[in-house]
Amino acid sequence: MLEKVERQAMPCQDPAERARNFSEVALGYDEETALLEASRCLQCKKPLCRQGCPVEVLIPDFINLVKERDFMGAAQKLKEKNNLPAVCGRVCPQENQCESKCILGKKGESVAIGRLERFVADYELAHGSVTPETGVPTGKKAAIIGGGPAGLTCAADLAKLGHSVTVFEALHVAGGVLMYGIPEFRLPKNVVQTEIQNLKKLGVEIKTNMVVGKATSVEELMEKDGFDAVFIGTGAGLPYFMNIPGENLLGVYSANEFLTRSNLMKAYQFPEADTPTKVGKRVAVLGAGNVAMDASRTALRLGAEESIIVYRRSRDEMPARHEELEHAEEEGVNFQLLTNPIEIIGDENGVVKGMKCLRYELGEPDASGRRSPVAIPGSEFVLDVDTVVVAIGQGPNPLVTKTTPGLELNRKGNIVADPETFATSKPGVFAGGDIVTGAATVILAMGAGKTAAKAIDEYLKNK
Amino acid sequence: MYPIVKRRDLTKGIVLFEVEAPAVAAKALAGQFVIVRANEKAERIPLTVMDFNREKGTITIVVQEVGYSSTIINRLQEGDAFQDFVGPLGVPTEIENYGRVACVAGGLGAAPMYPIARALKEAGNEVISIIGARNKDLIILTEEMEAVSSKLVISTDDGSAGIKGYAATALAQVLEENGGKIDHVWAIGPMVMMRSIVEFTRPLGIKTIVSMNPIMVDGTGMCGACRISVGGETKFACVDGPEFDGHLVDFDLAMRRLAYFKDAEKRAMARLDCGGDCGC
Ligand SMILES: Cc1cc2nc3c(=O)[nH]c(=O)nc-3n(C[C@H](O)[C@H](O)[C@H](O)COP(=O)(O)OP(=O)(O)OC[C@H]3O[C@@H](n4cnc5c(N)ncnc54)[C@H](O)[C@@H]3O)c2cc1C
Ligand SMILES: Cc1cc2nc3c(=O)[nH]c(=O)nc-3n(C[C@H](O)[C@H](O)[C@H](O)COP(=O)(O)OP(=O)(O)OC[C@H]3O[C@@H](n4cnc5c(N)ncnc54)[C@H](O)[C@@H]3O)c2cc1C
Ligand code: SF4
Ligand code: SF4
Ligand code: FES
Repeated sequence: MLEKVERQAMPCQDPAERARNFSEVALGYDEETALLEASRCLQCKKPLCRQGCPVEVLIPDFINLVKERDFMGAAQKLKEKNNLPAVCGRVCPQENQCESKCILGKKGESVAIGRLERFVADYELAHGSVTPETGVPTGKKAAIIGGGPAGLTCAADLAKLGHSVTVFEALHVAGGVLMYGIPEFRLPKNVVQTEIQNLKKLGVEIKTNMVVGKATSVEELMEKDGFDAVFIGTGAGLPYFMNIPGENLLGVYSANEFLTRSNLMKAYQFPEADTPTKVGKRVAVLGAGNVAMDASRTALRLGAEESIIVYRRSRDEMPARHEELEHAEEEGVNFQLLTNPIEIIGDENGVVKGMKCLRYELGEPDASGRRSPVAIPGSEFVLDVDTVVVAIGQGPNPLVTKTTPGLELNRKGNIVADPETFATSKPGVFAGGDIVTGAATVILAMGAGKTAAKAIDEYLKNK
Repeated sequence: MYPIVKRRDLTKGIVLFEVEAPAVAAKALAGQFVIVRANEKAERIPLTVMDFNREKGTITIVVQEVGYSSTIINRLQEGDAFQDFVGPLGVPTEIENYGRVACVAGGLGAAPMYPIARALKEAGNEVISIIGARNKDLIILTEEMEAVSSKLVISTDDGSAGIKGYAATALAQVLEENGGKIDHVWAIGPMVMMRSIVEFTRPLGIKTIVSMNPIMVDGTGMCGACRISVGGETKFACVDGPEFDGHLVDFDLAMRRLAYFKDAEKRAMARLDCGGDCGC
């Protein structure tokens, strides 16, 4: 019997060094490592791993092609289900998805499916990608609102089926959170832009600087501009604040502002790029999801001496991907757990100079099944910080929904869509991604875009 | 790209541009704004729509040099183009027949005020416009404003043209001449100027609308950079405004927030002076 192969570690930049630069942290497998890792897969007859993937990537099949060194073939196999493998391989919370179900994980360590996916996708990017063929033109027109993962996936699939597709994007580049939210050191922007170029090769037209709800509306697109169907994928673009005193002080940012300045506007290159951002010496980031990890690690890279995550629950409850959490710890982010701010304090010029917090302890499990945090009376203290980044979540942006009569929304303002087809209450209008589910994941948004494309295709055929 | 079809220097450091942007021109209304980027590395800068031509598909904007990005923009010539030009953003002015209205513009404020005064006049209002500035060289768009107003009053701080004094002094005089009856006021200009108008009309109970210009990034309600406090509530000026009831706006907060990037701006400006190749 062969010697047992261990799960292959991901080579990374040295923590002390990378905490001060914006280059990608995880360097990716080389061929040899990828082959070793692929050799671990048992090629299960009933691959449980696939059930953990929201788009049911043909995991054993692509891994088998890796074993056979047919990396381009593996890439094709991945793309049968997943339009953006270079993105998903990097940012999927694999430990809760595909890898959590892998049979090897029951006894030891699961196959590193995400890392293999990234390896294959990067190989394809480096060796010239094959543009999939577009179908016979159907003469039908579809409008996609929002150029995030949901919209881009839906656009690609519809174009492959021969429909004429236009994406309307509010910002000056498409990509959604992949461009403005997730930092360069975790998802290089050229990876995203290459994918967008591929989309253009499929004939998809991308109209940037188009705010639907302002420059045009869903009804206008359908009634005046002759679009036969519309897909809304506008994401969760409304930052929540804590609603505590002091939140409008100078030095308090929403994570969206802080990350948009740094990622989309390249503030980290200021003054070579024109947009500034400001990070103080001691930065507190409120929240413990992926957004909070990204903000705290960006703060370090922008020169903060200390970057502190302030979170009301304990480490086990943190919603961030494990890898991000570990990377943040390695880079020296300080975690103030079971701690919650009650007031941000300003100096005489209205600039943040501290944050009043309470300590918490874990009590009974709450509705989410997690033990709920309970404030400890008299535990008030002031954290010495000069910048605060609020990363406690985002809601649905109402620009499109408010201007589209007949669109059913839920209590939070998310669009109500059929879970099977992503059809909304308005005929011909479909919706998916964060605008339907609330802030979720890239792969779920893509899955929604994909399923909706099938339903839209059906709808267009029968129209 | 969004080509510049016309450039006109209004006074030192203030330039009018007519820009081809058909999608924006088709929809723009008084009170709305655009966000532009001069080039690929540029900041996103909010600018108010001064005029729109639906047939030609153009938008007119007026830009005052205050920092790095506005200086870069004002170096653009006819035939050059903006990299990005998005809009129309924000909520349009509420135009109704209010009766007698005063449109008070401070300096550059004449540009955003122009379409508002015009729409108010078209809606049947008696429109008394006031343009106030530090001195006569900083007064712009008088002909344009005259054409859309029932009456135009000029004031300068130093008395070099029109009434000597601040815009609020001119407004007080206009009010007196009209028997104390003005039904509605718009004030657009520097924060201090808007605040002084608001403090003047507050005790008189005359509804006063101001146009807030906080720092913005996306202009679609996504980042919260533009938040201001109105009546004790946090609002996003880009989607809830930019016009608000001036009597409810927290001006102290708004003025502080505007100053936040001043030191970074100095670094950018330094690059502008030296040409930027030295790496300073
Ligand atoms: C900082 C950060 C880190 C994250 N990290 C991860 C991670 O590691 N792994 C993971 O799986 N998920 C992560 N997520 C979540 C993930 O990015 C989102 O769930 C996903 O991007 C949702 O995709 P979407 O297409 O629904 O929306 P978005 O990506 O939000 O895209 C929506 C697009 O629509 C555009 N738009 C909005 N309104 C309009 C309008 N009126 N007109 C025209 N266009 C409009 C927006 O500009 C945007 O481009 C992260 C999110 C953030 C913010
Ligand atoms: C809704 C809206 C409409 C606007 N309309 C116009 C317009 O029609 N014409 C025009 O010339 N300007 C307008 N402005 C202001 C314009 O956006 C700023 O002058 C510009 O962003 C400054 O960029 P900068 O890089 O040149 O200067 P900055 O580097 O940003 O700053 C230079 C100086 O200007 C101040 N400043 C920064 N941002 C603003 C701001 N938003 N408003 C006022 N002062 C600021 C700073 O405190 C600083 O001292 C508008 C702003 C908003 C929000
Ligand atoms: S798309 Fe995400 S969940 Fe699916 S296999 Fe790839 S990494 Fe796993
Ligand atoms: S469950 Fe694990 S071992 Fe089995 S096919 Fe999937 S990845 Fe391979
Ligand atoms: S500018 Fe970003 S929310 Fe208003």
